[in-house]
Amino acid sequence: MADDTSNAAAYWKANVRTIFGCLIIWAFVSYGCAILFRPLLAGIPVGGTDLGFWFAQQGSILTFIALTFFYAWKMNQLDKKYGLGE
Amino acid sequence: MDQFVINILFVGASFALYIGIAIWARAGSTKDFYVAGGGVHPITNGMATAADWMSAASFISMAGLLAAGGYANSTYLMGWTGGYVLLAMLLAPYLRKFGKFTVPAFIGDRFYSNTARLIAVVCLIIASVTYVIGQMTGAGVAFSRFLEVSNTAGIWIAALIVFLYAVFGGMKGITYTQVAQYVVLIIAYTIPAVFIAMHLTGNPIPMFGMFSTHTESGVPLLDKLDQVVTALGFNAYTADVDNKLNMVLFTLSLMVGTAGLPHVIIRFFTVPKVADARWSAGWALVFIALLYVTAPAVGSMARLNLMTTVYPDMAEQTENYDAAAQNPIRYEDRPEWIRSWEHTGLINFEDKNGDGRIQMYQDTNEDFADTAAERGWEGNELSVNNDILVLANPEIANLPPWVIGLIAAGGVAAALSTAAGLLLAISSAISHDLIKTTINPSITEKGEMLAARISMGGAILLATYLGLNPPGFAAQTVALAFGIAGASLFPVLMMGIFSKRINNHGAVVGMLTGLLTTLLYIFTYLGWFFIPGTNMLPNTPDNWMLGISPQSFGALGAIMNFAAAFIVSNATAAPPQAIQDLVESVRYPKGAGSAPHLSH
Repeated sequence: MADDTSNAAAYWKANVRTIFGCLIIWAFVSYGCAILFRPLLAGIPVGGTDLGFWFAQQGSILTFIALTFFYAWKMNQLDKKYGLGE
Repeated sequence: MDQFVINILFVGASFALYIGIAIWARAGSTKDFYVAGGGVHPITNGMATAADWMSAASFISMAGLLAAGGYANSTYLMGWTGGYVLLAMLLAPYLRKFGKFTVPAFIGDRFYSNTARLIAVVCLIIASVTYVIGQMTGAGVAFSRFLEVSNTAGIWIAALIVFLYAVFGGMKGITYTQVAQYVVLIIAYTIPAVFIAMHLTGNPIPMFGMFSTHTESGVPLLDKLDQVVTALGFNAYTADVDNKLNMVLFTLSLMVGTAGLPHVIIRFFTVPKVADARWSAGWALVFIALLYVTAPAVGSMARLNLMTTVYPDMAEQTENYDAAAQNPIRYEDRPEWIRSWEHTGLINFEDKNGDGRIQMYQDTNEDFADTAAERGWEGNELSVNNDILVLANPEIANLPPWVIGLIAAGGVAAALSTAAGLLLAISSAISHDLIKTTINPSITEKGEMLAARISMGGAILLATYLGLNPPGFAAQTVALAFGIAGASLFPVLMMGIFSKRINNHGAVVGMLTGLLTTLLYIFTYLGWFFIPGTNMLPNTPDNWMLGISPQSFGALGAIMNFAAAFIVSNATAAPPQAIQDLVESVRYPKGAGSAPHLSH
């Protein structure tokens, strides 16, 4: 039982760590590149405008897709590793 | 063939398709009729979720707001997609494991409190009714145009059809009907965009065309657009915004709202496995993104086409915009689409300087006032409602009549599917969570159904009445709904999973804090219960606290919700062991039963 508990705790910790990492990227592309850091990226041209604009209207959305799929894949790995899947 | 007839044919054919699929699916398997998504592949479920999710706000209204606001309105794009990341990681898999069917049910059980459950019902109803107001606004625009009636008549017709559609009920639960709706919606959105991108840039993929060169002038499209709009005193399309705080909070409000809206969360309750809840969120986002990466192209290109319709000489200019600006079209030569939209009252022309031409410019820009005076302009003469842009887009670009019919069908599908879904969420919250569980547990099944129908009718009447004088364009009204849901429901759902310490008192105080502060802020600027004229301060940026718009306040409401729940929980007794075990169990997929069945 003690083993079960510590195994479960490790699984949950790994999950929270994964979420944390994903959300850092999530915030970086949207709140960072697309909004707050846009003036810093103004020097990088993308088709008639700058990289910040591209992140606001395209890049962040594409990153969000990559993040959700990565999370689903990673969690399936963790489910298996810790034997806590269905 | 007359455009009117073509529109009716397309809308009629799409309805026949949905009903046909409904009948086919009903005959196929009555057993799992009510289990939306049960035994369905995550890709199919993702597509159905996308149809559920993309409403009149996404389809009809959003590109129009992008066209009008440019970069500043990117908030809608990021907010309504970024919320799925939160949903996929912070809520969906755990709520699936928990295995109940409604959001108030989770809150009631997790916080072992009927009070918490009741407050969740109230939050759900307020957010959903606000959402439906936005849908009625959008549906009203669609119906008024394609039935060629006034906007008011359009809204009432939309209300009647939404009511019938929602009462037929069962159709909503069928995943394949929603898949069909998604297909109609995405084709209707993409085809005109491809035509227009081809025409303006030679690149058939709108998301790339937007960043390519404008063929007629040889200038990059977005550069071209900036030049055209600034020549008329408007803000540059790609201009950065001054108030970054508001932009961040607006985006965050939409994101937490996405993760807190009950009709979307519900879809993840019923997938076969916990792992599927994660994959489904990813696929839903893919299908949503197909529209969302196209929308900014639709917005920018529609804006350019609109301006060059009024000022034809601007299209090939690269330098002398001044001369082009002084040669707008004559009102009597206006294109057919302006004439037809004038019937709806959503485009208005007033010849302020009596020269018989249409001057469209930013007349509130003080720096531009001298230029305008020199040109003999006496005010903007053409007002175009943002919500018509997507629907008018094919007409503006002179696309064939069948494309216009297609977009009418898509707009109607978007508004109806989401409105019906929300009405079902409202009616089940009232009849099941409120009446059956709390007020009158001995109510018969028949009485419960009656209560559901009555509450549906009441919600539509209320939303339609408020939709006649809406608190904003469709997408802005819907954004308010997201703020309310994000401030009230999202924080307690998340804390209910990620913290074992948050107790019943914390959840109750948290939800009330988030809900009431957000509503108070919204009603201050938009009128008590959205009744026009009852607002205490004018809804302009000067009056907003720190420049934070009513649509952005939900993020602050959510933060206060988190804080209040945390403080109150830590000051009172920890939740009982059974509840802590429950929280422990939702964290692991192992032992998840089959998807729950809705009992009615």
